Amino acid sequence: MENIEARVKKIVAEQLGVNEAEVKTESSFVDDLGADSLDTVELVMALEEEFECEIPDEDAEKITTVQQAIDYVNAHLNK
Amino acid sequence: METPVSKRRVVVTGLGHVAPVGNDVASGWANLLAGKSGISRITRFDASDLACQIAGEVRDFDVTQFIPAKEARRMDSFIHYGVVAALQAIADAGLDDVAGLDKTRVGVNIGSGIGGLPLIEDTGVALQEGGPRKIGPFFIPGSLINMIAGHVSIMKGYQGPSYGIVSACTTGAHCIGDAARVIQYGDADVMVAGGAECAIARLGIGGFAAMKALSTRNDDPATASRPWDKGRDGFVMGEGAGVLVLEEYEHAVKRGATIYAELAGFGMSSDAHHITAPNAEGPARGVANALRDARINADEVDYVNAHGTSTPLGDANETNALKIAFGEHARKLVVNSTKSMTGHLLGGAGGVEALYSVLAIHHQVSPPTINLFEQDIEGGCDLDYVANTAREMKIDVAISNSFGFGGTNGTLVFRKI
Repeated sequence: MENIEARVKKIVAEQLGVNEAEVKTESSFVDDLGADSLDTVELVMALEEEFECEIPDEDAEKITTVQQAIDYVNAHLNK
Repeated sequence: METPVSKRRVVVTGLGHVAPVGNDVASGWANLLAGKSGISRITRFDASDLACQIAGEVRDFDVTQFIPAKEARRMDSFIHYGVVAALQAIADAGLDDVAGLDKTRVGVNIGSGIGGLPLIEDTGVALQEGGPRKIGPFFIPGSLINMIAGHVSIMKGYQGPSYGIVSACTTGAHCIGDAARVIQYGDADVMVAGGAECAIARLGIGGFAAMKALSTRNDDPATASRPWDKGRDGFVMGEGAGVLVLEEYEHAVKRGATIYAELAGFGMSSDAHHITAPNAEGPARGVANALRDARINADEVDYVNAHGTSTPLGDANETNALKIAFGEHARKLVVNSTKSMTGHLLGGAGGVEALYSVLAIHHQVSPPTINLFEQDIEGGCDLDYVANTAREMKIDVAISNSFGFGGTNGTLVFRKI
């Protein structure tokens, strides 16, 4: 379960069609990585798939940066 | 009933093509003239439990050469085919190089008969297995029929009318004919128009197979589509897209565009008969309407790109319809089914076949109707179908027929210019 950061960044890069090098922990999906509202929905679905978890809509709305995604996964991942 | 005279003429200035016989215009046309079948056993999914296991699949198609991978993932395959054919046609017409092109006067009308059937099928499975949370946000925009037009409009900044007409297997013909009228009426100067389809999925093949509409010649795919042959046993599904750039004549001349042909007329009709069974009077009326619109006499037509799907009833019926529409001249025409090589592209058929009709005029040659081993003369299929070998010939006027479930017909008339 180590290296959650790398796994999150990889998914973000794949989903948003950007190079992994561009994906920084502080990157905002919409402002820095060019995501639109539908991309962010799909990104959350991809995170759910990768980490085998369910992210409720009210939590998903608060995940707007790579760091927030990493933090969420770290906090909720079944250890 | 007289058709009102429009001073605005419509010409074809760009062509785009993705089909089982080739993913661009040049290779597709060369394969058609060589009589090469694009039909093979289905490779995209396991078809072993289906009655029909053959189709005309688009092969070696790399959408990312035209659309970035991230964008492409949002679209089902019929949108890929339609957008790529449209981009090819736009490039062929040189529209990107037209200085001062008024993009509010450029529109798109590209339809599909069914839309995103593979994505609908996959999403249905995801819903059943994982519940509604597994429905992706791109399911709807990835499967909506008008999204080919939407994407082309967005990519190219075209702000004129954008839409897609849906009329089963007449879709492509109706889209092109209606787009021409948009130009004639004065709502646009340029229209990117055609049809696209990708229904080669278990749901699509299984659905048409359930109607007993498909050939089951699984052991010999390349000869399965055999219009007007005694052994024909149903159509073979194809996929892909055919798109034309239509342009107002003066607009095209002024910019020095290559003009392939004039789109001289368009006619529509309905059988008012049955959802799937054909009827000869309906298509005959569609042909007559198109010729009247073009102000062309029946005996001026040289080439017919037939609907010619290889179904027992449909092929004989179309032959009868042509005899009603053309009288004695039906025997002097060339009646060609390119579906013998491409399979039936459903909503894309009218698109690629309009394109083939234009190329037949441009190159003065008819592609062959392949697989005509034993012409079904006893069954009433007694016209000149250009059996098995391409034919160089004088073609001043070509028509393209399309007929769809629901009894909806469309005929396009192209003229040498």
